[in-house]
Formats: sequence, C-alpha cells, structure tokens
Amino acid sequence: MKILVPVKRVVDYNVKVRVKADGSGMETAGVKMSMNPFDEIAVEEAVRLREKGVATEIIAVSLGVAQCAETIRTALAMGADRGILVETDAELQPLAVAKLLKAIADKEQPKLIILGKQAIDDDMSATGQMLAALLDWPQGTFASKITIEGDLMTVVREVDGGLETVTVNLPAIITTDLRLNEPRYASLPNIMKARKKPIETIKPADLGVDPAPRLTTLRVSDPPKRKAGVKVGSVAELVSKLRNEAKVI
Amino acid sequence: MTSLVLLEFDAAGIKQPSRSAVAAAQKLGEVHALVAGSGLDAAAQAAAKLPGVTKVLVADSPALDHLLAEPTAALLLALAPAYSHLLAATTAVGKNIMPRVAAMLDVQPISDIADVVDADTFVRPIYAGNGLATVKSADAKKVITVRAASFDPVAADGGNAPIEPAAIPDLPSVSKFVSAELSKSERPELTAARVVISGGRGMQAGENFKLLEPIADKLGAAVGASRAAVDAGFVPNDYQVGQTGKIVAPELYVAVGISGAIQHLAGMKDSKVIVAINKDEEAPIFQVADYGLVADLFTALPELAAELERS
Repeated sequence: MKILVPVKRVVDYNVKVRVKADGSGMETAGVKMSMNPFDEIAVEEAVRLREKGVATEIIAVSLGVAQCAETIRTALAMGADRGILVETDAELQPLAVAKLLKAIADKEQPKLIILGKQAIDDDMSATGQMLAALLDWPQGTFASKITIEGDLMTVVREVDGGLETVTVNLPAIITTDLRLNEPRYASLPNIMKARKKPIETIKPADLGVDPAPRLTTLRVSDPPKRKAGVKVGSVAELVSKLRNEAKVI
Repeated sequence: MTSLVLLEFDAAGIKQPSRSAVAAAQKLGEVHALVAGSGLDAAAQAAAKLPGVTKVLVADSPALDHLLAEPTAALLLALAPAYSHLLAATTAVGKNIMPRVAAMLDVQPISDIADVVDADTFVRPIYAGNGLATVKSADAKKVITVRAASFDPVAADGGNAPIEPAAIPDLPSVSKFVSAELSKSERPELTAARVVISGGRGMQAGENFKLLEPIADKLGAAVGASRAAVDAGFVPNDYQVGQTGKIVAPELYVAVGISGAIQHLAGMKDSKVIVAINKDEEAPIFQVADYGLVADLFTALPELAAELERS
C-alpha cells in the first residue's frame, strides 16, 4: 500500500509570532521554520505502518516556497521514501492545497493519505476533510489510533466528550491528533541517507489547478491584551479577592 | 439572506456551542436550524424553542446518527442551495463536517470565526490567537465554524419556530460508527462551564488531579488540563484546553501548575478572571493572571479546598 503524507512548513511552535506593525499579517521573516507538529505525527504513523508491513511506499508532499524542500527532507530523514514539492510563491489556502493534493493522489493512487489535523499557523483544520471530499473518500479525523485489516480501517477519534470509534473503507483520509504516536528523531545516518532520496519539483499549473485564494486578509490585529494582575500572599487572600473583589465565587 | 445552522444536541437539549453558532448566524439575517439523526422529536422541539430560529429542518434517518462526516456533509450539500451561509460550532463534529461540505461546494471554509463584520467578512484567530485576522470571502456561499467562546449563546427557550422534515438525499455508507467511550462526569462540559480549573505538568501525576476535584465540586467547575499534562499521560485528551484542544472563556479560570505556554494561553485567555497557582514566580502564566499565587500546589490545593469548604 502506498501512503501519501502532506507536510507543511510553518513557523516553529516555540516561536512567539507577532503582528506586523502595518497590520498586513504576522512577522515571519527570519524566524525559525519547522515541520507542522501534527504532520510529524503523520509521517511517523506512515513509517510505523511500513515497519509493520502494511505500507510499501511513503511519499511526502509539500506545497509552497522552494524552502519547503527542507520540510520534505525532514520527512525523508524520518523514513519517507521520496518527495514531491509543488513549488509556488503564491499564498495557498486549504481549498487550493486540497485540489493540488487531489491531483497528486489521482496520479499516485495511494490507498491512504495521512495529514496533520491542523496547521499551527492558520489554525484552519480543514485540508484533510476537504481532500477527502474532493476524492470522495471517507475520513477519520483527529485520530488517536488506527488499525488496518484488509480494506477496512478502524479509527479511534478524539471527540469532545472522549473517544469515538469508527470504521472506514479504504482508500481513506486520516488526520492525526496528539496521542496517535510520538514522532521519532531522525538519526544522523538517516539524515545522510535522506539527502540521496529523490524530490520531484512541479508547479501548480502542471497539475491543472488554479490555486487563487478565496479569502482576502484585510488586516491582522493584536488580540486584546490582558493586564497582569496582582500577586496574592495566601490562599485565604485569594479566596477573599475572588469573592469580594472579582465576585466570581 | 438565510443561514442554516447544524445543531448538536443531547438528552439535555441543544448544546451550548450550537446555541453560540445560532447567535453568530443571527448577525447575518434569518436563521434556520437543522437537526439530523433518528428519534429527533425532543431535539426538534428544543431547536424550535431557540430564540431567533425561524424554521427547524428535521433530517430523520438512522444513517445520520452520530453525525458521521460523510452522510452529514451529503445532507448539507443537498440543503445548501437555499442558503447563503452554512454554519456549525467549532467542535469535533463541526470541524469534521464543515470543511468537507465546503470542498463539495468549491468553497474555502472560514474556520473558527470570533466575530461577524458583514455577510462576507469575518474575524478569526490565527497563530494560536496571537493575531486576529479580518478576512473577506470571495465565495458566493459561506461555510463557517463558530468559536463558541466568542459569542454569547442564545437562550434555550423563548422561540416557537415551525418544524419541517428535510428532504434527505442518497447518503454514502463508506463509514460506520462502532462505539463511543465518553468520559463520565457529573461536572459541566469544559466549553459550557462557568468555572474551569485546569492542571498542568506541575501536577506531576494523573492521580494528583484528584486534588482538583473537591475544588471543582465546590465551584461547580469543569476540570481541564494543559497539553503538557495530556502529553505526559496524566489525563485524556478531551481535557485539553489550548490551541489544539478546547477553547474556553469561563467567568473564572484557575490554572494550577501550568507554566503558560502560548498554545495553552490560546485556549483560555478570553476568560473573565484568571487565577494562576504556580511555584515558579517567573512562569508566563502570571502575565495573564488577574490573581497569582506563588505556592506549591500540593499545599495550596488542600488549603483552597478547605477555605472554600469553610465559607
């Protein structure tokens, strides 16, 4: 079974991103970029499926600027076999990404596509579900456990009140939640090996997709700032303040 | 211009996040509500009572039980032509279904809106809430999920809308519900609670979350956790408050042993009053806390329980 794993290059999760002074967006120039954390979980799950003999080939796909090749290289070092970079400097929104990924899926015919449940930059949480719709495949979103038997996949999903178990027919889409696995660190030999693995570079037009954004960002503003409050000296003082000053208990 | 809101419900009625989605839809014009599943009499009655809802559509089919994404998206697609906006709350259900519907309609969804500017323009948080983006959609139809913490929910009754059956299209059966293991709790749901008390990595072990219980009982609070506490295996993921968990905005939020990572602040900083209890006085959580107590939680929590018990 072939598995496709889309990976997104995002601002590293440890970086506190600020709004640009002119309100046109976030200040991302010169900050550390990494693979979206949920996509690392997706790569890890694919690699584990290959180690179990379920998967035969893992293709990592990234879409965006030329530097997204580095993100693919990280996936290759974790164990993916080859990469596809859809290179463009244009802004890509989830609908366009889903269309581009559909075109790749049509060509590569994977039986499973594993994506992160959300990217930590736009926080949209949409691409996996949209790709499933365009391919007319079922989806197992926010997965914390998957089991594949033949053409049936059992997915344990993180839902609001706990866990839900569903089965979906393959081919299918998975989006990863936190507890699906703990991604490995790439070893030095594997990082060296990854340099030799192939990455194919294509353009959105090669896939026949118009990636024009549908949402225009008019402005980005700072969220309302909270003022730091007071330190209290004791539990008794805390309870007294909550009762008499804040009046919330 | 009429909006359709997909409602979630349980035995107690229409869930609070869905009532917040109705409140957001009211800012856009007329509001119709949709309940889907089987045995919907009580849910339809509850939906009809929501103030501001002018029609309730009832999609009665066992294939829609549990609101699986594939059949529910097919239903919404069939109903979509009559509506300018399709909305649901940003919950596990809404997030699962709405982007799927959007793609079927060739629409870019607008996820997790925090405000409505006009029929095409919405405010939504990005980068864990470190920015608030005002975005304008060029799509003819809008598909939206609503950040419940940003809209006061409509009341549970006061309205009297007519109830009509929805025309149900052929529904795909490529997925099946097997089972649900829901956390059993007498406490309010995290996203609906007036008070939330959360523990972080400082709790050191899952069993220590018991220390939060007498306080939660006394305050009628829901119990939450930081991602660090979930990652460490102390509590299940449905406790998680933060960018990748639940977004809450209670009257009172008590953060215990939580350092205040960006990803956690994203889930609770709109709370009205924030209390932080942490032994590290440099912890970033104190920068957003209205009341900070620098103390060892293992002594402070029993003291707090006793103090609340006393009065």
